[in-house]
Amino acid sequence: MRRTTPFVLLAVGGLLAGCLGQNQAEQGQPTRNADAKDVTLTIVANAVAGGKNTRGADWLTNWVIPRFTEAQKAKGVNVTVRFDQNGAGDEDYKTKIALDLKTGGGADIVEIDGIWLGEFAQAGQIKPLDDVIGKSGVDAWDGWKQIPDAVQGLGQFDGKRYGVPMGTDGRVLFYNKKLFAQAGLPSDWQPRGWDDVLAAGTALKRIPGVAPIQLNAGTAMGEATTMQGVLPALVGTGKPIYDGGKWQGGTAQVKDVLGLYQRVYGGGLGDAVLQQEAKGRDRSFAMFADNKIGILLESDYFWRSVVEPRIGVAKMADRDTAVGWALVPAKQSGSGVSGQDFVSMSGGGVRVVNPNTQYPKQAWEFMQFLNSAEAVKAALAGTAQVTQRNDVNDEVLKGDPMLSFIADEVLPITRYRPGLADYPKVSAALQQATADVVAGKSPDDAAKAYQDALVKAVGEGNVAGG
Amino acid sequence: MRAADSDVAGLGATRAIAFVAPALLLIGVFLVFPALWTLYIGITNYQLTGPAAAQPRVVGLDNFVSALNDALFLNSVGLTALFVFGSAVIGQNVLGFVLAWLLRRVRPSLRRTVEAFVLLAWILPGPVVAYLWFAVLSRDGGTFGLLLNDPATAWLVEYPMVSLIVFNIWRGTAFSMLLYTSALAAVPPTQLETARLVGASGWQTVRDVVFPHIRGHVLTNTLLISLWTANDFTPFLLTAGGPNHRSEVLPVLIYRQALESGQLGYASAMSLLLLVGNLVIALVYLRLLRRRA
Repeated sequence: MRRTTPFVLLAVGGLLAGCLGQNQAEQGQPTRNADAKDVTLTIVANAVAGGKNTRGADWLTNWVIPRFTEAQKAKGVNVTVRFDQNGAGDEDYKTKIALDLKTGGGADIVEIDGIWLGEFAQAGQIKPLDDVIGKSGVDAWDGWKQIPDAVQGLGQFDGKRYGVPMGTDGRVLFYNKKLFAQAGLPSDWQPRGWDDVLAAGTALKRIPGVAPIQLNAGTAMGEATTMQGVLPALVGTGKPIYDGGKWQGGTAQVKDVLGLYQRVYGGGLGDAVLQQEAKGRDRSFAMFADNKIGILLESDYFWRSVVEPRIGVAKMADRDTAVGWALVPAKQSGSGVSGQDFVSMSGGGVRVVNPNTQYPKQAWEFMQFLNSAEAVKAALAGTAQVTQRNDVNDEVLKGDPMLSFIADEVLPITRYRPGLADYPKVSAALQQATADVVAGKSPDDAAKAYQDALVKAVGEGNVAGG
Repeated sequence: MRAADSDVAGLGATRAIAFVAPALLLIGVFLVFPALWTLYIGITNYQLTGPAAAQPRVVGLDNFVSALNDALFLNSVGLTALFVFGSAVIGQNVLGFVLAWLLRRVRPSLRRTVEAFVLLAWILPGPVVAYLWFAVLSRDGGTFGLLLNDPATAWLVEYPMVSLIVFNIWRGTAFSMLLYTSALAAVPPTQLETARLVGASGWQTVRDVVFPHIRGHVLTNTLLISLWTANDFTPFLLTAGGPNHRSEVLPVLIYRQALESGQLGYASAMSLLLLVGNLVIALVYLRLLRRRA
């Protein structure tokens, strides 16, 4: 007995060694089950009726699924569509999707954030549409020509199409006009540099109980810190995070950004504790809606889904009169990327077809249905949003001054994140650097720690400066 | 020695194996296999997403070396030790014993009521309890802040470890209390009576009469609650390891590294180090127990 134990261990170890990272064997041809008469499709999204992204959830349940089922029935195909609802934080949702795809399961159509595309693609967890659906089927869709190239880029990796984007967004400074009036600031505010923003913050600070500026910081907010904090500030210093084939380490520009954080949170212009709480971002939304935050950097998501008076998660009944918006200024005039005076960052969701699907042809038909002009318009439910389709945008954005502002003023000057697999590690290091500054470290020390963390994460040859 | 001599039950080897096979199978599937799997992933650079998810490489002991040099890991080890020592070894142990000792001679109705409340803290599901404590310690008019007339303090942010330790004492004391209640029943009443007659104080009685009888129970209890606390994941529900890693005990760090950062290989290596740490603690306790015997 004693002597056999090592052999058993070896045998088990050998079995294990063959298991990691291989789950593609069962994926078959794009034509499999193409003529099936009974089809089950599942779609998964980070949306839940009555909670996060409730409009998207209602649209899928009440509009898309019944109509698609009906349309298929007319063709003699009996389709059952299931909608897997989630109401979780973005990071948790991503983990769930990654585990689903990794284990060879998951929904047939998966909604993901465009920035995850590169990681999933490099892991082989999603595949180019041409491979999953077949090139002729993909090219045949007439919807592509309605989607602008920049937006299509959200669904591409290494020059290949992996999914269909769900629209895009832009980041601006939202401000509370009521608080601005109290502080003697103009209602049509447009700062021309960081100093203007901080000066407004100083004026707002005189109102008791108000956190003047909310610039997301820390690790608890996850990607929201990077996307609604560090990156918009960084493009305002003239350099994007990934430049000339290298990630920015502890460069002068990164130090400038961390210096901005110090001026906000070291100078009492922001609520430092909020950045460290487990649910800080949700709370910042509630505080803004409660007239307790003066200025907040967010994407137009904030306007559409947070302070929206009917379905927002932090409703503001007087949103249309109380909430103003301004372009994010560069550090000073002309110091932004490409010499811009104002800057922004954009992202957006993408729907991909799961390579493990049993019904690739039907999943692609469902995808086309989801992205038809009719469906996209219905998804808006009378509100507006920068959708993926030009024809829909032309029609719906006219009615909403905030979103036409995004389409007309912000999208021309915006930047996208690099869709590289290393990006999440860089993002995590940036979040940690802001957390350090909020906790009291000097920008120089935080930048140095960031440089070290970055070198460790992506390799010295891929990091610039220090 | 012949086989028949050791086969007291008279089953024979085949039938004996047949009897234990189901149990061994379960242990193999749910204990041995995951442990070996963790060991194996721990020596690779396996990740949740990205190129290393498709083609993981064996990196040998790199993960272990970088963990031992990782400031975050060392920070977690320190916090875990503090958490175990403060909330289990001292907190639950002492409070559990005090409750058991004090409740010996009170009216049964009072004893049952107190026991019921203490037990309630133990049997409620983790998320429910975490939510209650979140509400108590919140800075939005949380109960604790209101009691102290200081509603704006964010206890979980400003005193994260103290909050976790107090929470875990509250949460886990029931087990120690139950164990000590039954242990105290084993102390011969005549000896307690004698101690009382010779005028021993309460503390002297506990030290010289009670403790020698329950020493084994104390060690067993401390071992169990230490291991449970070292592996406890509930802190994640309260602070998520924040603010800025100040309450990131090992299970939370491992979870965040594995699922939030996607570093499955690295996190497995850290799990294994935690497992080794637990084994060492268990061995020390067992040694102490044996010395008593």
